[in-house]
Amino acid sequence: MFLFAQNAFSAGPSGKDGFDAGQMILHHIYDSHEWHVFDWKGKSYSIPLPIIIFHEEKGLDIFMSSKFDHGKSIHNNYMLDHGKIVFIGEDGQIDNLQTGMIWDFSITKNVFSLLFSIFILLSVFITISRRYKNQKNTPPKGIQSLLEPIIIFVRDDIAKSAIGEKHYEKYLNFLLTVFFFIFLNNILGLVPFFPGGANLTGNIAVPMVLASLVFIITTLSGTKYYWKHIFAMPGVPKPVLLILTPIEIIGVLLKPLVLMIRLFANITAGHIIILSFFSMIFIFGEMHPAAGYGVSVFSGLFVLFMMTLELLVAFLQAYVFTLLAAMYFGAALEEH
Amino acid sequence: MELLTILLAADISGYGIAAIAAGIAALGAGLGIGHIGNGAMQAMARQPEATNDLRSNMILMAALIEGAAFFAMVIGLLVIFTK
Repeated sequence: MFLFAQNAFSAGPSGKDGFDAGQMILHHIYDSHEWHVFDWKGKSYSIPLPIIIFHEEKGLDIFMSSKFDHGKSIHNNYMLDHGKIVFIGEDGQIDNLQTGMIWDFSITKNVFSLLFSIFILLSVFITISRRYKNQKNTPPKGIQSLLEPIIIFVRDDIAKSAIGEKHYEKYLNFLLTVFFFIFLNNILGLVPFFPGGANLTGNIAVPMVLASLVFIITTLSGTKYYWKHIFAMPGVPKPVLLILTPIEIIGVLLKPLVLMIRLFANITAGHIIILSFFSMIFIFGEMHPAAGYGVSVFSGLFVLFMMTLELLVAFLQAYVFTLLAAMYFGAALEEH
Repeated sequence: MELLTILLAADISGYGIAAIAAGIAALGAGLGIGHIGNGAMQAMARQPEATNDLRSNMILMAALIEGAAFFAMVIGLLVIFTK
């Protein structure tokens, strides 16, 4: 928590206009090209991340983000402008035409966090599955005994109850992957220092990919009965169908959309609340240092409380996402 | 109506309206989740043996209502960020 507070303090522009809470919060929620660790005496220290850019005329260029010196210097005509890579023309100004030709494939904070979580998931689950294969009917050992109840929970309480005994096995792989991916990344987002702290599940692109996967699987596994109920609900008079069918079609698209918004907004809101409590310390500290110290005690307690709540939310969101995905699959498979 | 005109006069950028709108959405979601909590608690008290089933359904319903509130929150955020 102390590291986090230090982090928060550093992000505010020190000295000039005072502490800007909104800017600091946005800085932590957005993706970035470097991993900011802390500021010390006006200098910021961060872990550089590789930048991979493809320019339509100049070709591929790979270098570390430390070359940018936190947005202060230019490297190969490229420069960081408010976290975005721009092209600097001959006259030293931003060249919008050239900037449009840049394809940014950089390993940013979020991409690194994604790769890191994939590495953890693979290394943990491949070891576990190997043990299940090689040593059948032995009691679980180590991390296996922690994860086995969760896997069984996902299988019995989510997949089996929502999809049904008959078809659940086909979807279990996807559901387990999604569950552990969201859960791990939510937890990593709460860790305030280096390998964690990226707002991955709170970046709209990640829930969007997950929700589109749910949409594709639902659409592909829809039975005749499911489509009939969408396009022509049986037992409904024709004029009513004119209103009902568009609503049903919108509903099909809206379900994954809400899935996406829920995960994104929940995690982002959690990050904003925790950062706001930290900002309070510095807002009061600017009035008077003693007020800052006084408020910091309560801020710390509130953050502790919110962090505990966010641990619950991290699990709950993974659960809700998986459960709703399973229910959509179940609805698509329903037969009568 | 008077509140709206005051807000419009004081804050043309729309921040105030966004804040009020987010507040109203939170109010609605709070009412809805309160009703679910009420119903679930009563049901659990009457039938303690069904607690597990009721709890998962309660969480699911709360999540669905939450979704509506989050739509409002995202719109509020968009109003602020696109300024």
